[in-house]
Amino acid sequence: MSETATSAAPAAAVTSGRAAPAPTHRSRSGEARTAYLFLAPYLVLFTVFVLVPIVYGLWISLHAYDFTLPEQPFVGLDNYTGLFDGSSPFAGPFWNSMQATYLFTVLTVPLLLVVPLLVALLMNGKFPGRTVFRAMYFAPYVLGVAVVSVLWRYLLDGNIGLVNYYAGLLGLPDTTPWLTDLPWAWASLVFVTVWWTLGFNAVIYLAALQEISPDLYEAARVDGANAWQRFWNVTLPGLRPVLIFVTSVTLIACVNMFGQSWLMTQGGPGTETRTAIYQIADTGLTNFTSGAASAMSTLFTLSLILVNIVIFVLLREREGGRKGARR
Amino acid sequence: MASLGLAGCSAADPLVDVGPPLPEQGYDGPPVELSYWTGFTGGDGPTMRAIVQDFNDSQDLIRVEMNTVQWAQYYQRVAAAVHAGKGPDIGALQIDQLATQSSRQTLNPLDDVLDQLAVSAEDYPSEVWDGGVFRDQRYGIPLDVHSLASYANRGLLEEAGLSGEIPSDGEGYLAFLEQARAAGIDEPFWMPNRWPAHLMFLSLLWQFGGEPYAEDGTEATFDSDAGVQALEWMRGVVDLGLSPANVAIDSQYTAFKDNRGAVTWDGIWQINDVGGTELDWELSPVPTIGPEPAVWASSHQLVLFKSRAPDDDKLQAGKQFIRYLAENSAAWAESGMVPARASAREEPEFLESTSSSIAEAVPTMRFLPPVPALGDVQAQTLELAVSDAVLGRVEPAEALRTQAARATTLMQANLEKFGVR
Repeated sequence: MSETATSAAPAAAVTSGRAAPAPTHRSRSGEARTAYLFLAPYLVLFTVFVLVPIVYGLWISLHAYDFTLPEQPFVGLDNYTGLFDGSSPFAGPFWNSMQATYLFTVLTVPLLLVVPLLVALLMNGKFPGRTVFRAMYFAPYVLGVAVVSVLWRYLLDGNIGLVNYYAGLLGLPDTTPWLTDLPWAWASLVFVTVWWTLGFNAVIYLAALQEISPDLYEAARVDGANAWQRFWNVTLPGLRPVLIFVTSVTLIACVNMFGQSWLMTQGGPGTETRTAIYQIADTGLTNFTSGAASAMSTLFTLSLILVNIVIFVLLREREGGRKGARR
Repeated sequence: MASLGLAGCSAADPLVDVGPPLPEQGYDGPPVELSYWTGFTGGDGPTMRAIVQDFNDSQDLIRVEMNTVQWAQYYQRVAAAVHAGKGPDIGALQIDQLATQSSRQTLNPLDDVLDQLAVSAEDYPSEVWDGGVFRDQRYGIPLDVHSLASYANRGLLEEAGLSGEIPSDGEGYLAFLEQARAAGIDEPFWMPNRWPAHLMFLSLLWQFGGEPYAEDGTEATFDSDAGVQALEWMRGVVDLGLSPANVAIDSQYTAFKDNRGAVTWDGIWQINDVGGTELDWELSPVPTIGPEPAVWASSHQLVLFKSRAPDDDKLQAGKQFIRYLAENSAAWAESGMVPARASAREEPEFLESTSSSIAEAVPTMRFLPPVPALGDVQAQTLELAVSDAVLGRVEPAEALRTQAARATTLMQANLEKFGVR
């Protein structure tokens, strides 16, 4: 829109020298107003549901805050220092939960980037029943976390679950404690999360795959490229823009994991599979120790921002390099 | 972070107000609707619903709307609701939560209205009655007592040729379990690592002569010798192969209903649920593994919630409903609970019920001390120690020592928070 406005300006200047700057200026401020009007509804929502809670949360983190008590004494940065020097009773559990979140993310994100891509590559081919398979892979994503978790909690139960029962029939070990011991609990949580959400990433990959021009494959073939070379030099570069989106969305989703461990392992064994969100919810909403919980969320948010900056920088440089090369 | 902001309520705190006296012949104001919150999600839910229905049918001025919230979420929701000015009028909650809820300013003291509610100390076992008091004020009217009990699968035992009585002493009990295993019930007693594992642990700890917490809320003492003995016994059941290892949440109960476990300890609130199966089963008090009989117990207590805008009509109507529930607590026996009122325990409705078989255990029932937020502390410490030890991840003594130290820290912080110091 702004491009047409600026390109129209010189033309106007030619026809009537003096009047030219005024309409340009007026239309720009008019455009700005229109833009703000369009943005307003979201800005209101953003302010009420994001900005205000962030500031309020920061304020809470400076107090020994419990909304059910008459007084909320100011404690300065105690909620933060307590988490760092271990003087807060929640320090240990909090750092354990951060570690658990890190572990879960590191295990899950690569799988959720690669497996859906393989699925999308298969789905992109032409074979009978393609639509059915597409629907099948996407289907679990439609389910809520409660349904998925309760379902798998029973399937994976170490003593009465179907998974171990069939493993036994096949002559495999049938007493694997899928939900009550490590590393099995992590394996289960990662597997269930991948099974549950891979459909979403696969659909996005699939859309991107269909955007890649067949001409490029044609040209590569003419140049004598084999299947692997075509994938490496045509498919992957074509997917790169989508990859940035998929990576950041998957990362955020994994870091925010809560429902699966709440319902499948109850954070156990012990508190090993308690994620940061789990610990924050428990501290703030069950124990009403909202000051400490807010301090935890602030630290958690900061670390998430940091990770996202790193990823952004990494991917942006690649992006820049690619553009440069093309030019 | 955003979700924590939802508590953004006004400065107004809920007010103490028990309303004008309830007329002797009952509520006579304009028609009102009362909101009544409970956590009866198990086999006990339909019974309470029926009682509420009966009350609604018994008169036409008061209509009670019952809302069922899982106990696990009940206490946090009710605190948030009352403080947001959207709380219920009346509720039933567990006796060990009275201290917490009154500290969180959600409950009205009931001392001045006991005669309006037509209840008095003589009607109730002293522990249950006294448990309704916190810091010299009464907040709860006892509805029932409920405890852990032992369920036995008679059908399965008889099939294995074990038709005799199940021993109720420690040595005899283990011998019996060994016998059951020898007779073909591979894993007769499934040992859970989560709910109700901590209730089993508390029962055993009391049996071995320990106390889990200091009465004044200053420290956790569940790492005592009694605690270690209790937890070692629980782990021992797994080590002896009488239970499978790694029993996940709810599995021991599912296995019992599935004819795989010969006995299981669970709450008497499951009576109607087990009763709904094809099993041939019986209920008895938890065996005395330690030197003295003891069993974890709790009591549902009726409360009148505070409000930020008290309404005289609702308060009066609420008192009438509490009176009705207290007077009709024999009907509540159908839920599997033991009515708290002594007279109700002599009525045929109770004497013919399954739970009457554990009435003899009432004198051995033990309750947690009234310490604010103790339930939250327990969930973060004692329950984890029990879980870790039963799963065999940590030695019982060490698990208890670590978690008791943490519990003491949390309890000390709570003393400060709730203004005891």
